[in-house]
Amino acid sequence: MTSPSITDEQLEFLLSDLLEWYGYDFTDYTRASLKRRVNRLFGLDKFVSFAEFRYQLQTDPIYFKRFVEQITVNVTEMFRDPGFYSALRREVLPNLNTYPVIRIWLAGCSTGEEAYSMAILLHEHNMLHKTLIYATDLNPAVLERASRGTFPLAYMKQYSENYIGSGGKNDFSSYYTANYNNAKFDDHFRSKIIFSTHNLVSDHSFNEFQLILCRNVLIYFERNLQGKVLELFDSSLENLGYLALGSKETIDFTSIAKTYKRIPGEKIWRKRSS
Amino acid sequence: MEETIVMRCEALFIGGSAGSLDVLLKVFPDLKTDISFPIVIIVHRKRGTDSLLSDLLASRTSLKVKEAEEKEPLQNGWVYVAPADYHLLVEQTRTLSLDYSEKVNYSRPSIDVSFQTAAEVYRDKLVCVLLSGSNADGVEGLQVTKEHGGIAVVQRPDTAQVPYMPAQGAERVDIDAQLSPAEMAAFINGLNPED
Repeated sequence: MTSPSITDEQLEFLLSDLLEWYGYDFTDYTRASLKRRVNRLFGLDKFVSFAEFRYQLQTDPIYFKRFVEQITVNVTEMFRDPGFYSALRREVLPNLNTYPVIRIWLAGCSTGEEAYSMAILLHEHNMLHKTLIYATDLNPAVLERASRGTFPLAYMKQYSENYIGSGGKNDFSSYYTANYNNAKFDDHFRSKIIFSTHNLVSDHSFNEFQLILCRNVLIYFERNLQGKVLELFDSSLENLGYLALGSKETIDFTSIAKTYKRIPGEKIWRKRSS
Repeated sequence: MEETIVMRCEALFIGGSAGSLDVLLKVFPDLKTDISFPIVIIVHRKRGTDSLLSDLLASRTSLKVKEAEEKEPLQNGWVYVAPADYHLLVEQTRTLSLDYSEKVNYSRPSIDVSFQTAAEVYRDKLVCVLLSGSNADGVEGLQVTKEHGGIAVVQRPDTAQVPYMPAQGAERVDIDAQLSPAEMAAFINGLNPED
């Protein structure tokens, strides 16, 4: 037999328990993916029964923290989908540059790779000095890592290739200092990024932005929650601002879609009226 | 082919890696056009090659072929291709979802992930076929398919460009059939013979 696992019914009980105990609402997350990750943790931490797993979560807030870290997906890269960053350079940054102050929200920033990529992009277009990047995630542990600006040196070859693919003309290695097995990115980038917790399921809008990026987060949400989050983005986006989603995500099914114009071939939409 | 498999097929999942594309391109032209279940294809490939595979397959069949999208309901007679660099999962509502979590068996999409989630939904109404390939991704998925009463099939290893993947399936799972590429279209066309 394959490894022990919890049932669909037990997962439903657990989700409503977690909402009650900790105020974290995972009930509108897509189930197949969530169940896989919960079962992965269940196996990893060698629980023998659902009751034991549930008890641990109920009585140990530190274990709950581990639960949140482990069941949310934190796989990301610098300059992931180089074509996307190339489109930002080409289509979005020239328009953003007309503003005296630029505010960008990166929702679901995970360990920060996209936030630093964005900062590098802005730096190269001489816009970083007038920009603030608000990078948020529901998971405090990943934000802690993100704020260090340090990534494994072993990934730099791939990131450098991505960077070149995005239209980057500089020597990527000039942006970091190699230190043992880590690449520490220049504090200049970090100084324009504000890392903060924000839960897209339960927290409200906190500012107005000219660009909101939320890539590969909505795929983990059910349609109704996707719709709610997109409304939150809409209410947080200035007129003529841009919304960027992951390569498999869309706003097409929502009521906000009619007030947005998509950049052809890209998962970037521009707000036309408020 | 050993014996006729009598069961109701409500979904067919086909996974493969190195050497599997040739098999699909050989099988697809011979598929009948009124297939009474959805077909889902999970093939390992390089990222950034989106839509090439679905275009290629579409050129070999009059079945409707598309790249799978998240929240998409699985419809009979359609062929869905897992997009590069995402895992493709099946929800209890018989819709598809995508996941960008860690690679499984060094692969994303992982055949195991798709087969396993499909087995939990379609249970004994699922047929999974594992084609040519150089790692064991998909073998555990075949195992789970069997545990739920579904049908597990592998490409006959001696007909595979890279036999490791189907050979592992044949060795580690109580599979229902080993088929050569030439036998595969007839096998698929023969599922749900009463339709």
